[in-house]
Amino acid sequence: MKSSAGLHFKTYCMLLIMVVFAPLGNILLGKGMKNVGSIVFWAPSRLPHIISLVLTSGYIWLGVAFLLIFFVAYMLILSWADFSYVQPASSIALLVVALLGYFYLGERISPLHWAGIGVICLGVFVVGNTPPRTTEVR
Amino acid sequence: MREAILLFLVVASGTGGEICVTRAMKHVGEVTDFRPLALARFIFQAMKVPWMWIGVSMMALAFFSLLAVLSIENVSFVVPVTALNYAAGALGGKFFLGERVTPRRWTGVLLVCLGVTLVWLGKR
Repeated sequence: MKSSAGLHFKTYCMLLIMVVFAPLGNILLGKGMKNVGSIVFWAPSRLPHIISLVLTSGYIWLGVAFLLIFFVAYMLILSWADFSYVQPASSIALLVVALLGYFYLGERISPLHWAGIGVICLGVFVVGNTPPRTTEVR
Repeated sequence: MREAILLFLVVASGTGGEICVTRAMKHVGEVTDFRPLALARFIFQAMKVPWMWIGVSMMALAFFSLLAVLSIENVSFVVPVTALNYAAGALGGKFFLGERVTPRRWTGVLLVCLGVTLVWLGKR
């Protein structure tokens, strides 16, 4: 029989990694892509230049590394925990992204925008608190 | 319009990818050994499941769409909007997998959609 405390501990460790690394990864990607500039899809001649800018951006590589760490933690936790249990954690990550965007990147966030983020977090939390299985196993 | 198409790709492809990866991970089984060699062996086992490749390909498409949309929009706008994948997950579960989605889960999905609408309106 597996230790329940041990299972909880490794679950919380993985959730913490997910909640820290996913927002940081997204913020770094956002910063990197802002430096690259707007991607113009209808100008294929600019594509090699854009790809070289993306591939030489330290922010983007660091963002990808952080998202990979998040992805490995996500893969591992899904091997023992329910998808619907893992979901609420991402609601915290959404708030962390907005806070980092505001304080670190200096993005302007209107009160309506903040209210929307709050309602999304609440919605994700409600979704995550529903039973993991609602359909009978055949 | 351009950001709406890219956000659609991020949400649809990302959700499809997550469902495929979940299926692959459940197929491989629970991780009990966290030593680097055992983890590498586990990831190698997961890579042998076709669902993992389909899932990773879809997640890659979602990732490149995310990069593109981040070049034109703020991260504090883009990431909350991607929460629409909960709505996509519920709709996909109901219509493609035949799952019974509880009223409480629909309430959560509606709250996410309402929140995304507020974020979208708050941007302007």
